[in-house]
Amino acid sequence: MEYKSLKEIEMGKNLFNKVWDLHKVTALSESRDQLFIGLHLVHEVTSPQAFAALRERNLSVKYPDRTLATVDHIVPTQKQLFRPYKDDLAEKMLVAIEDNTKDFGIQFFGLDSDSQGIVHIIGPENGATQPGMTIACGDSHTSTHGAFGALAFGIGTSQVRDVLATQTLAFERLKVRKINVTGERGNRVAAKDIILRIISELGVMGGIGYAYEFAGPVIDSLSMEERMTICNMSIEGGARAGYVNPDQVTFDYLEGKPFAPKGTAFEKAVEYWRSIASDPDAEFDDIYELDITGMGPMVTWGITPGQSVEMGRNLPRVEDLGDNDQEITRKAYEHMGFKEGQPLEGEKIDVAFIGSCTNGRISDFRAAADVVKGKKVAPHVKALAVPGSRKVKLQAEAEGLDAIFKEAGFEWREAGCSMCLAMNPDKLIGRQLSASSSNRNFIGRQGSAHGRTLLMSPAMVAAAAVEGAVTDVRTF
Amino acid sequence: MTDNPAIIRKVEGRGVPVKGNDIDTDRIIPARYLRCVTFEGLGAEVFKDERYNDDGSKKDHAFNDANYDGAAILIVNRNFGCGSSREHAPQALMRFGIKAIVGESFAEIFAGNCTSIGIPVFTADESVITDIQGMVEKQPDLELSLDVDGEILSISDRQIQLTINSSAKTALLKGTWNTLDELLLNNDQIDQVYNRLAYVSQFS
Repeated sequence: MEYKSLKEIEMGKNLFNKVWDLHKVTALSESRDQLFIGLHLVHEVTSPQAFAALRERNLSVKYPDRTLATVDHIVPTQKQLFRPYKDDLAEKMLVAIEDNTKDFGIQFFGLDSDSQGIVHIIGPENGATQPGMTIACGDSHTSTHGAFGALAFGIGTSQVRDVLATQTLAFERLKVRKINVTGERGNRVAAKDIILRIISELGVMGGIGYAYEFAGPVIDSLSMEERMTICNMSIEGGARAGYVNPDQVTFDYLEGKPFAPKGTAFEKAVEYWRSIASDPDAEFDDIYELDITGMGPMVTWGITPGQSVEMGRNLPRVEDLGDNDQEITRKAYEHMGFKEGQPLEGEKIDVAFIGSCTNGRISDFRAAADVVKGKKVAPHVKALAVPGSRKVKLQAEAEGLDAIFKEAGFEWREAGCSMCLAMNPDKLIGRQLSASSSNRNFIGRQGSAHGRTLLMSPAMVAAAAVEGAVTDVRTF
Repeated sequence: MTDNPAIIRKVEGRGVPVKGNDIDTDRIIPARYLRCVTFEGLGAEVFKDERYNDDGSKKDHAFNDANYDGAAILIVNRNFGCGSSREHAPQALMRFGIKAIVGESFAEIFAGNCTSIGIPVFTADESVITDIQGMVEKQPDLELSLDVDGEILSISDRQIQLTINSSAKTALLKGTWNTLDELLLNNDQIDQVYNRLAYVSQFS
């Protein structure tokens, strides 16, 4: 009788499980592991209570060298350096992160740093985010960093406390769903359109319990910044983490970045980074196939990121939907004021916002500038272009993009989260309709309880700004 | 032997139904209330824009309904707590008086945040939840009792089987939902992982 060795019988491993196993400290219970976190990103909103908990127990930060902080949510995008801020609460939070990072010895990209910016932009652009790492941050869009082939999780404040004090998390291993994206990508179809399509197909809770591995020829052909947009919105599909296997695109992006290894160390790093990619015969808990041939730009019309429509198609009729979707669809129509079966094209907008951790990178501003160049923003539209970081801002200015936006009638702002979530002065007013490159169209998300958000790609926002209404950028 | 006060075996109290699918954490606690350095006071702001009009007058919302005053068990529908990872959401609910949540399903980060502050989160099928919501609406003064170990809701003379995530259950029953103490125990093993990861030493 012939016996096969265990290795022969076992299927290959996926990236998620490889990286998990490398970072597993111990099993805490049958279903929960203690997981080492290789990079802890910290910002001002979800950390003050965590630092307070450390002080209360007289604990220090376990590995300050694996921790990096910035300030992004509450900073104004105008007169950013004028202190103290008019908003006492924002000023208090800024002082707290300044004091906490100083007291606990954590590197801080604060207002006096050229590297300040949105936490999910500064990690990658400085090369702090690397393949094969575990990354945590008190922010759900931490999934962004998965674009590098890292396991990146959004966590709550109690867990921020845990990571500060122990550099570990008590965590359950996720299942892994491979999303294989194939087909021909159409003209002006952006990464944003692909992820909005995925969320509309799998639903806003389709990813609960899963990490998404984004794979296939379409994903392979994307730039790092496009991959970040896709992974960023994994959480909008319910998946706490999303990732792309690292490849030459990843390595080329990282080479020369300030935190990336140099010289022979870089070569060794590439070896490690290649080794953690999913094996060709890797096993998955689920596989989903998506062919994007013929797909056009996607725009959300409702109050969840799953409620989107492809340009050229009409909004859904409640009666055509399954029982599960009817209640939230009715609520969406009630809030948005649209009619069942209408097209979204031609719907007049009040605000155009380009920015956020989803689409606030240099390629996003290039794509938008390409659309607005030589044109004017419609007179009734307030248009904001908000770089995701100071580095993005400087790069855009070096390329003359700021001039294109300003000449068109956009306001060119300083780096921060801005109107994505309204913890700063950039907010919608009343029932304003916003064309936004951000990630959430939840009721009240952009700062007005009655405000309405249409999520779309930066190029689509730019076209809407000029047209003054939702318009298909392909025929613009 | 004195019991560890962190052990949570049972939650008792009246129920309050908040109906609707996909209720995100921005709706539970709007972002403007995240401008704070402590969680104190968040209870007053829970569901703020769902409960109040711009002029401060009250909207029709279960958390404004005097019939549910003092309720401790929140009954919700599908994908509750989706969106932002803000722990401010369960903190606000807890500070309002909520001690446990029962629903059709929960966003993962939200459910984890609840467990980490000692709020048990139970799930059941849509028909079961609709049933519980209906009973509580009809008779808001009903006393509910949740048994963590048995995963059972006792309401009137009925015993309803629920489900709870197994590691959350273990943590609640062992009183280790505040994970920090457990994690601090393994300091040497943490150092070992730190020392073996090539990227920590910059691959040198």
